[in-house]
Amino acid sequence: MMTSTSRYQRRRIVNRIAWLACLGVTGLCLVALGAILFQLLYSGLPKLSLEVFTSRTRASGGGLGNAIIGSLTMTLLGTLLGTVVGMAAGSWLAASRSRWSGLIRFASDMLLSAPSIIIGLFIYALVVLPSGGFSGWAGSIALAIIILPMVIRSTEDMLRLVPAPTREAAYALGAPRWKVLTSISFRMVMPGIITGILLGCARISGETAPLIFTSLNTNQWNWFRLSDAMPNLPMTLYQNMTLTGYDMDKVALAWTGALLMTLMILVLGIVSRRLARTS
Amino acid sequence: MMTRRAPSKRGDRVLALTTGAAAWSIPALLVALLLSLAIAGWPALSQHGMEFITGTVWAPVQGQYGALPALYGTVVSSLIAIALAVPVAWGVASLLTEWCPVRLARFIGSLIELLAAVPSIVYGMWGSMVLCPWLQRLFPSIFPAGSGIASAGIVLALMVTPLITAMTRDAMQQVSPLVKESCYGLGGTSWETLRHVVFPSIRRSLAGAIVLGLGRALGETMAVSFVIGNNVFLSMSPTHQGTSIAALISSQFSEADGSQRSALLALGLLLFIITTVVLAIARMIQRGGKQA
Repeated sequence: MMTSTSRYQRRRIVNRIAWLACLGVTGLCLVALGAILFQLLYSGLPKLSLEVFTSRTRASGGGLGNAIIGSLTMTLLGTLLGTVVGMAAGSWLAASRSRWSGLIRFASDMLLSAPSIIIGLFIYALVVLPSGGFSGWAGSIALAIIILPMVIRSTEDMLRLVPAPTREAAYALGAPRWKVLTSISFRMVMPGIITGILLGCARISGETAPLIFTSLNTNQWNWFRLSDAMPNLPMTLYQNMTLTGYDMDKVALAWTGALLMTLMILVLGIVSRRLARTS
Repeated sequence: MMTRRAPSKRGDRVLALTTGAAAWSIPALLVALLLSLAIAGWPALSQHGMEFITGTVWAPVQGQYGALPALYGTVVSSLIAIALAVPVAWGVASLLTEWCPVRLARFIGSLIELLAAVPSIVYGMWGSMVLCPWLQRLFPSIFPAGSGIASAGIVLALMVTPLITAMTRDAMQQVSPLVKESCYGLGGTSWETLRHVVFPSIRRSLAGAIVLGLGRALGETMAVSFVIGNNVFLSMSPTHQGTSIAALISSQFSEADGSQRSALLALGLLLFIITTVVLAIARMIQRGGKQA
């Protein structure tokens, strides 16, 4: 009786220790998250003013207006390009019974998990070298390739959710395939696909590595001139933090930019989550 | 093998052609990626041969390009990241599935996912401005410079933890409640259920998640280049400053031209091959799990 009680005690204690350990590591994660968010607000808020949005980056500080516009342009263009090709490829994969679909799915997975710096180098070798210079086009194409496999996957997954009888009913009424796809299948699962696109958009709007080799950066205003080097937020942060040898003013501006970028990504994430819940 | 009937209407033919072209552009992109990196890196690769991988000196001024220091930093920082992230991820996933009320679990789960949404450059900035000075002040003998390969490992661990946690949690939720309840029914504690029932039954998913996290860590650029120290001389001590393939490329590319640029592109090819092999292993592990 003694031994069984002590054994029971021991098992209870082990269980309690495991519970505490799990609680501890979860707490550690939340503390890290809190520390990062705190630092973003603490270092980013003091510099936040209207000037950040209206003036361009200068050697002496200035604002982030040109970088914000450039980032928005390239992110939107990249998302658009990636979405058009990705939705087409995704619907082919969902409909196809071809034996090649396995290969294409595999290639898409490879692309999905390729480090983003590699995509940047690829576009450097493919677009920047032949065209003779860094450009907004190259940056947008690099971002499009990063979002592409994400759109493919969400489009295929979503289209597979459309029940076969729904589509068959439409075919039986004599509707052609393209009509069924565009006005029945897509319409049913559009919120799900848009969720995937928004998450991809959030991911590419924070990407820095591929832009080093494609759009580079400039501290001039570039009003949507995609054939030139294009200012953008992530590269501006990178350069403010590394090239200037700790000019405190530029570091503070970089934190403000980081705060704006993270806020935008969080908003995209929240919107996509809402959308996913309603669908 | 198109077993479907050929589309009779023109709209359907256009649809088949455009979607097919889009689908085939993906493998084409992948082949183009490999070819372009190989061609652009060829001058460096052909000049140095195996020396490129085994050489320990990266000195562009003397035309010497040895990738070993960068390779070492990449692998060691990623392994440190995985060693730190895996126990944490398992702990969090266990707490969320076994010990936590569902609503609270969902809330904590989305907080952890927030960690995954923070852009990698912000991790780099935080690492260099907060974590490294902090490590240097608290452990001056271990982290003499604050930054270093181990510091990069810590930052990488923060980045891959949400990924591994999410995959582990999903796998744990797939375990049939019947099996778990029979363990509880026999008088097992939560820990015993986790240890003897849940974890053994999802071994493959766990391994797959770890390798996938490793693949992510190997290719991460911005967070690492801020905190690894960018020291191209090979130092075996993991807490000293070093460099990684991605950090080396991103820090030297803008000032490089000619043979150095070619060498950096060859490094990119090397990184791509490494991550591809790692991810192929992850996929094999996971697929094996589905068939068994």
